[in-house]
Amino acid sequence: MSVISSVLLLAQEQAPLPVPSDTKVQAPSLGAVWPVLIVLGAACLGVLLEALLPRHLRWSTQVVLSLLAVVGAGIALVAYVSDAPAAGELAMKGTLAIDRPGLFLWGTLLALALGAVLLIADRSVEPGGAFVASAAIRPGTLQDRAQVTSTGMQTEVFPLTLFALGGMMTFCVANDLLTMFVALEVLSLPLYLMCGLARRRRLLSQESAVKYFLLGAFASAFFLYGVALLYGYAGSVRLSDISSAAAGTDRSDTLLFAGMGLLVIGLLFKASVGPFHTWTPDVYQGAPTPVTAFMAACTKVAAFGGILRVLQVAFESTQWEWRGVLWGVAIVSMVIGAVLGLTQTDVKRMIAYSSVAHAGFLLIGSIALTEKGLSGTLFYLLTYGFTTLAAFGVISLVRDSSGEATHLSQWAGLAKRSPLLAGVFTFLLLALAGIPLTSGFVGKFVVFEAAIADGMAPLVVVALIASAVAAFFYLRVIVLMYFSEPAADGPTVTVPGAFTTAAITLGVLVTLLLGLAPAFALDWAGSGAFAIH
Amino acid sequence: MNLAAEAHQASGVAGAAWLLLVLPAVGAAVLLLGGRRTDKWGHLLGSGTVIAAFVYGVILFFDTKSLPAEGRVANLHVFDWISVNSLDVEFGLRIDPLSLTFVLLITGVGSLIHIYSIGYMSDDRDRRRFFAYLNLFVSAMLLLVLGNSFVTLYFGWEGVGLASYLLIGWYQGKNFAATAAKKAFLMNRVGDVGLALAIFLMFKNIGSTQYDVVFAEIGKQSTGVVVAIGILLLLGACGKSGQFPLQAWLPDAMAGPTPVSALIHAATMVTAGVYLIARSSPLYSLPQAEDARFVVMIIGAVTLVIGCIIGCAYDDFKKVLAYSTVSQIGYMILAVGLGPAGYALGILHLLTHGFFKAGLFLGAGSVMHGMNDEGDIRRLGGLARKMPITFVTWTLGYLALIGFPFLSGYFSKDAIIAAAFGAHGTRGWVFGGIALLGAGLTAFYMTRLLILVFLGKPRWENLKSEDGRAYHPHESGPTMTIPMIILAVGSVAGGAILSGLLPAWLEPSVGELVETHGPLNHTVVSILTVGISLIGAAIAFAIFGRREQPVTRPQRVSFPVRAARADLYGNHLNEALFSRPGVWLTRFLVFVDNRGVDGLVNGIAAGLGGSSGRLRRLQTGFVRSYALSMLGGSILVIAALLMVRFA
Repeated sequence: MSVISSVLLLAQEQAPLPVPSDTKVQAPSLGAVWPVLIVLGAACLGVLLEALLPRHLRWSTQVVLSLLAVVGAGIALVAYVSDAPAAGELAMKGTLAIDRPGLFLWGTLLALALGAVLLIADRSVEPGGAFVASAAIRPGTLQDRAQVTSTGMQTEVFPLTLFALGGMMTFCVANDLLTMFVALEVLSLPLYLMCGLARRRRLLSQESAVKYFLLGAFASAFFLYGVALLYGYAGSVRLSDISSAAAGTDRSDTLLFAGMGLLVIGLLFKASVGPFHTWTPDVYQGAPTPVTAFMAACTKVAAFGGILRVLQVAFESTQWEWRGVLWGVAIVSMVIGAVLGLTQTDVKRMIAYSSVAHAGFLLIGSIALTEKGLSGTLFYLLTYGFTTLAAFGVISLVRDSSGEATHLSQWAGLAKRSPLLAGVFTFLLLALAGIPLTSGFVGKFVVFEAAIADGMAPLVVVALIASAVAAFFYLRVIVLMYFSEPAADGPTVTVPGAFTTAAITLGVLVTLLLGLAPAFALDWAGSGAFAIH
Repeated sequence: MNLAAEAHQASGVAGAAWLLLVLPAVGAAVLLLGGRRTDKWGHLLGSGTVIAAFVYGVILFFDTKSLPAEGRVANLHVFDWISVNSLDVEFGLRIDPLSLTFVLLITGVGSLIHIYSIGYMSDDRDRRRFFAYLNLFVSAMLLLVLGNSFVTLYFGWEGVGLASYLLIGWYQGKNFAATAAKKAFLMNRVGDVGLALAIFLMFKNIGSTQYDVVFAEIGKQSTGVVVAIGILLLLGACGKSGQFPLQAWLPDAMAGPTPVSALIHAATMVTAGVYLIARSSPLYSLPQAEDARFVVMIIGAVTLVIGCIIGCAYDDFKKVLAYSTVSQIGYMILAVGLGPAGYALGILHLLTHGFFKAGLFLGAGSVMHGMNDEGDIRRLGGLARKMPITFVTWTLGYLALIGFPFLSGYFSKDAIIAAAFGAHGTRGWVFGGIALLGAGLTAFYMTRLLILVFLGKPRWENLKSEDGRAYHPHESGPTMTIPMIILAVGSVAGGAILSGLLPAWLEPSVGELVETHGPLNHTVVSILTVGISLIGAAIAFAIFGRREQPVTRPQRVSFPVRAARADLYGNHLNEALFSRPGVWLTRFLVFVDNRGVDGLVNGIAAGLGGSSGRLRRLQTGFVRSYALSMLGGSILVIAALLMVRFA
């Protein structure tokens, strides 16, 4: 907490801006930021507990604390939403803009995080949990083998999850670029660590953590450079000031566009949009599956939340200059995701490329700077998050003696062994492919519809072709599960414990519900625009 | 516009029309979720729900028929599906003569085929699942025809595609079944993209996909938009109905069980394309849509000829019937392409065809059931005595199909040929001539089938089937013969009854049937058609009936026969245009993915200046490659941004 607030104060000092007089300046409204405060507070408390509690109490305490924090933040959110101003309000001296899209993203993040925490907390699938006891133990040593057989679970991952979640929530509502950068780091650093925590296949996991960290640092540098150039252009890091500067000056546009390009690249990296996706397959594959689920669902939501806000608030007036370029990026991302996904032989890598393709679809919605584009993208994020979360939950259940069996050949004939699991996974894959009766169909539908209404028909044609190509590799897995003979020494399907069952059920139910009756969620997603102050 | 009978809110009997969808859907759900527990009575539940839907359909039909003609279009609001801002998709049903006609066809033929399947699938240990899929299909197909907007139609469209995919791949142990299922799925997706784009175009230009709104507003759109929507809808129809150039999946789809071929791939699902165009008749009837309609006619004519020619060359019982289906749907598409002169005729042929083709398929299934699943007609022959009921019912279907006077096909096909001659100018001669030629070819290949299967010498006597058993042909049981008999009665009498009533009944949906007066009047066309059909049948008899036929197919044949055996190179065309470039692209990308990433990155780096040499010599680590590719992307993005601004 103190870190955040001091940095926020710093941001204020660095950007000493008189608040425009027509904005109502309110006393710091804590009601609006309670959800973030609760999550980050619980994270700090979790660190303390980790140090103070005896080992055998830690797991239960941390699980209860994390779940309470997420649920509590959700309750605080609901309580706030009921009487929140429709146009949004500023909090924390104007560094956070709590508006309708921001609140929708918060709700999405909290609901997804609930599922992710449940997956992380599960100890029945892998006795002792999916995480190493001590990251410093080298793979293959005696200690390593000892801890594979031990049943205790290391619990640092819970506070790390909460810190990352707090960072994501701040990221979605950051009203100036410096706050956004700090939030970006707060969400990223715990994720880098969490990627390296896998108990099985340690080298792969640690390699992915290092890769993610190096490339993440690289992307952060882009982001920061972009912020610097934009400050040079507008004299402020606040989004609305950049917008008004771009609308009404004769300053050189080089700074504006170079800065915007660098900034957006930093954001696209986090959202794993091609060609800035290169880390995605390796990290999705290497990270412990519950963490992958958390990353794939929540990071995507947060990153696109940031992209939406930056594009709609700061760069709306210059959209005709940058739009064509982001068209190109969306096309590249969809093509890369759909085509490279075809040749993948690992389930987790395949979902990773699928997420690249989905990032392209989401980007289409994000560059349609209309009400429909905003609500469509928000809705798409909600649907995609739950489907992916449940899909990774299912993946974590298919195991052989050496851990998860993620190679596609091992999934052959799985339907004969476990019809229920194969059925659930088939449903989720159909949702990812966007077949009607699933949320994926409605999500694609609203996003493409918004894009066409905003004059991007050619892009939608490409998107339809890409989704047809992508449907092929989802279908391949279904065919493999149902129409192939099972391998003789194939993997077994673990009977999941209550936590994992709850998480998968949550994901599947939401996917089904939003496919059948999406109207209420679409209403929420379309209930208001970004606050521009 | 004479077809805009205003829709009123459904009430009374029609208010429960959602039952039509729910009944089979509940059957499917119970059977799928109930698992092995429902094995004992699953087939009864499956058939029962469809029969119940049929009974309700009949009641609804008479209820609607008792209303005055202008009150027969009803709209049943079920719930608001998607409703945000301007985007408003209502989930509702449209009960009008056109959809009711289809409801009766689907549930009627569907009930018969359910009953038939009880016998046909009795040896299959997964019979319950089979009935679940059939129920799923019936429910989706009913949604397709009952929906009151293009989005609801699309919903059902995808549903029948899924059911068709599952059922084609039913014999999952066999490789060709899985391949056929995949092929059907993929080729259908091509059509689906067309339909989806058409729907998006409607949203963009009209802001709704409800039939009422679209058809009321479409006249105000520009010619370009109307033609584009018309052609995209046609692409969707081509995929689902096996029309040129997307016809190749339908014969392969015969890998599924025969009742499936009869229900889905002959009588109902494959005619969804005809339904789509007839339903969109207000669009195609517009003067702006003249060009789109012309394309529809060309596709129909091309397909009907292709289907006939290939049908002449195949030796597989069901595949010949499949190509016959392709060509008969070609007739229907040609008919609906004729505009107001043809909508009702297309639907009429669709109905009569639904009867006799389902009957022909069930007959084929009955033959194969009694002959150890042997489908090669060169190994059959002389079965008329062994299977009298099958023979008689099949022959009636055969006569109906080739248009024997006063049987079903005579009324529906001849009417289409006459209407084709009635098209404007030279078009009339060209399309009429093609349709006439098709009638002759149809008689030829169907007679060939009849002779090789039922007449002549029993060539199977000294042969054994693939699994080493001798053939003991026998007549099938009553659950199989009764549906065949009912369908045969339909094939004989259906045309005469329907041709008088249908055009007037369909008027509120597709408009009044416009009589055309071509250069040849109806009687002349009828005589010509019958004459040409007789010639075709006589030639077939001369070639196949008088000589002994070899058991294996002759390999040294002339070019036309070779071409026809190779599907007129349709598969080669698809392969050369889509699949081979696709394979190359994938291989290329695998190469790029495995080895080329560094090369590509280094290539970009070389373009950046003199640093490339040094970079190449550096050790290649993956993170570096990734970072470089990001850098490359970033430079492109920023350069593009600045260029757009300052160019």
